[in-house]
Amino acid sequence: MSHAAANTDNWAEVKAAAEAVLPEHIVAFIEQNAKNAHSESQLIAILHLVQSHFGYLGQEQMHAVAQLAQIPYAKVTGVATFYHYFRLQPRGKHIINVCMGTACYVKGADKLSQRLMDELGIHFGETTKDMMFSLESTRCLGTCGLAPVIMVDDQVYGPVTPAEASIILEKYLKKGKLPKASEAKA
Amino acid sequence: MTNTVTEFYKALTAKVDETLKAQGDYGKIVIQIGSATCENAAGAVDVMDEFSKHIQSSGREDIVIHRTGCTGRCSKEPIVGVHVPGKMPVKYERVNRDVVHKIFTSHIQKGLPLAEQILDGSIDPDQQLEFLFCEGRRCGVDAPVSYREIFERKLKEAGVGEDKVRITAASCFGACQGQCGSRAHVLVRPLRTLYSVSSEADVDLLVQKQVLKHEEVPSLKVTDKPIYQEFFDLYGDVSFFNRQSRVAMRNSGILDPESLDEYVKFGGFKALATSLGKNDPEWVINEVLKAKLRGRGGGGFLTGKKWQMASQQPEKTRYLICNGDEGDPGAFMDRGMLESDPYSIVEGMMIGAYAIQACKGFYYIRAEYPLAIKRIQNAIEKCRAAGILGDNVMGSGWSFDLEIRLGAGAFVCGEETALIRSIEGERGQPKVRPPYPVVRGLWGKPTAINNVETFANIPAIINYGGDWFASIGTEASGGTKVFALAGKVKHTGLVEVPLGTPLKKVVFDIGGGVQDDLPLKAIQTGGPAGGFIPAKWADMEVDFDPLAKAGSIMGSGGMIVLSDEDCMVDISKFYLSFTQEESCGKCTPCREGTTRMLEILEKITSGKGELSDLDRLERLARLCQQTSLCGLGRAAPNPILSSLKHFREEYIEHIVEKRCKAKKCVALIHYEINAEACIGCTVCARNCPVECISGSRKEPHVINQERCIKCGQCFEVCRFDAVERV
Repeated sequence: MSHAAANTDNWAEVKAAAEAVLPEHIVAFIEQNAKNAHSESQLIAILHLVQSHFGYLGQEQMHAVAQLAQIPYAKVTGVATFYHYFRLQPRGKHIINVCMGTACYVKGADKLSQRLMDELGIHFGETTKDMMFSLESTRCLGTCGLAPVIMVDDQVYGPVTPAEASIILEKYLKKGKLPKASEAKA
Repeated sequence: MTNTVTEFYKALTAKVDETLKAQGDYGKIVIQIGSATCENAAGAVDVMDEFSKHIQSSGREDIVIHRTGCTGRCSKEPIVGVHVPGKMPVKYERVNRDVVHKIFTSHIQKGLPLAEQILDGSIDPDQQLEFLFCEGRRCGVDAPVSYREIFERKLKEAGVGEDKVRITAASCFGACQGQCGSRAHVLVRPLRTLYSVSSEADVDLLVQKQVLKHEEVPSLKVTDKPIYQEFFDLYGDVSFFNRQSRVAMRNSGILDPESLDEYVKFGGFKALATSLGKNDPEWVINEVLKAKLRGRGGGGFLTGKKWQMASQQPEKTRYLICNGDEGDPGAFMDRGMLESDPYSIVEGMMIGAYAIQACKGFYYIRAEYPLAIKRIQNAIEKCRAAGILGDNVMGSGWSFDLEIRLGAGAFVCGEETALIRSIEGERGQPKVRPPYPVVRGLWGKPTAINNVETFANIPAIINYGGDWFASIGTEASGGTKVFALAGKVKHTGLVEVPLGTPLKKVVFDIGGGVQDDLPLKAIQTGGPAGGFIPAKWADMEVDFDPLAKAGSIMGSGGMIVLSDEDCMVDISKFYLSFTQEESCGKCTPCREGTTRMLEILEKITSGKGELSDLDRLERLARLCQQTSLCGLGRAAPNPILSSLKHFREEYIEHIVEKRCKAKKCVALIHYEINAEACIGCTVCARNCPVECISGSRKEPHVINQERCIKCGQCFEVCRFDAVERV
């Protein structure tokens, strides 16, 4: 059903509200798509864009996507919750991904994750209170030769021992503090 | 129409020649650096940066850096190759900034290779020649004695020592065309010359002329360039590589994955030009049928057959999909190929699309593979710009375009009907088959779905012929298979071997054996959908049917080596927890079955198992296997069923004796301090997170078992091996 045909008088309002939530390039992408056949098939691509912009899929953003792409909100959330890659909660500044692939598991990824959980005081899928780290497990990063592997943001580390994991965390904590120091100077 | 395609291809190669000539890199020293995700993780970016700085500051203009894909030698990355014209190519392992400096000052400036850093210690820099004898399954088999041994003897008689000439037994070069059996092929490095010998006199000629006088022997020379030659020229000295046969991965680690020019230079798009030039899609299908190429994604369905079925559909809007949703933990061959040789996959897909007359193709790639996505995108754009993709492909009048769709982390989307749902923008839940996608697939239209590796093989089949491809593999299936060798093995990485190669050969000859020389316990193939092959069956040939008979599957090609330190119950639990989590929840047997089976395994590994659990487990596993909707559920019980079949005694040990021999199941082990070995250094006590270790300085310590949480910290920190895991 196209919004033009449906005689909803507040469409302009709804559209403007939705456009205010999403950045321009995503709005443009959705509009561009609407012209193509099977435009609804781009829902996953749209959600990828939203997540890479906001870091997660918030209710507000998903609602805006539903309105602009004219896809039922239920379907948008249905897709968002089905795929592991999509996150519905905001995450920490640094994302720690512990690889749980077979090769890493065989080489001690379980101990490594235990150490990380102990150090950070959180479980998989959680974020530290200071919003510094989120801990996640991932399915095989495809760097099995370096097992066991962790990935912090886009940087892959391996092979990592539990002791080395602590050192890596330290490094990011220090890095996190640096900008603050420079701010103080400024 | 034939003419326009041929002319287009001629013009394309001519243009590429010109461009490459204009670059003027010929005859220069080449520094080759890998650049796949794993190489970059290991520090290849820093290495490249450091080399550029060195070249710049040295002011030399006869050195070029060549970025390549990944050869698949994961545990030794980053790998750097230094090719000085006329000299043996040298590969270095685990290169970092310091090593770069050493390589540059010693090897490049002074011409002295850095012996201690050479990959696998493969070559002695003093050796001037290397003779690789093909010892493939067909080469020289009818010869009375191995030509390699004759050569060895004659060299000795001529007084040429091993320090000058190196002799290597290698795998098939792919040179055998019709004269299999009676002749053997010999590749001479670094001369890049290929000989074919069929008698002792021939071997003698090689020694007399090539070795002693440094003269070529034209009468024995093979002029056709076999498919693997480029690879062996560069990597033939390393035992990890020279036992492999690279068809699907023929360009990995050789050419720049982002350069269309290089791909064309190495024969790229010749196969597409041939296919289009024939103006007969059926010819392509027939070649692929002749090749006996079976789908490399796991199912093992004949690719030619699938294409034939798709091409016979009355509906003319047809689609082709490349399945790059490689979700198996421990498998990374698709990523390797997408990142290292994206143009081959594009070409293979286009040939497939032409065969079934598809109008559009889709890449479905995991979002977790950003570099693969980037490289395929780059390949698509460059092909479009060159007129290879889009309207009127290569001037043939046929139009076709490609698009990338991203996955979003759902393992089940590797299943074809789920994958189609995902491309349609839906939740990736499978559908009942039939109708199969070749009849009614994407948006209800006939759709053929093939794996990345399947497509990588297609250009080789068209270029070298279906019969040639069939001759590499076994009776039932042609060609090679790429495996991701990992786990407790010395050399991990991507391994491509002819189908029919014994498993043992893969693990020991190529993989270098089990880590720490422990006994091999089992080989797991096929990821979470596969099963265990016990060590006693290691002679088994890798092929679809023998693996299935043993209770495992070929799958997409994960191969995990397990040693005595691995607990089968624990590994089965690991795989099941994976499938349980990835079950999409649509059908009951899979959703509930995997959950209950996991519960039983958890019960057993925590020491609360009963013998009746084994029957229950087996019954549930069979039920799940027989009644699940899609391949994920049907294959989920495979690890359990095969471990119950081959390692039942381990389950019984866990249940009856409450003992885990491999000492993996935390609930069944505890830590003790050996009073004789303990010197009372207090390191364990200081590291214990729950402070349950007591004892005074210089006195043996004791662990309070009631408070111990079995974290293993003390075991790791003790420098005197006094803490024992029992």
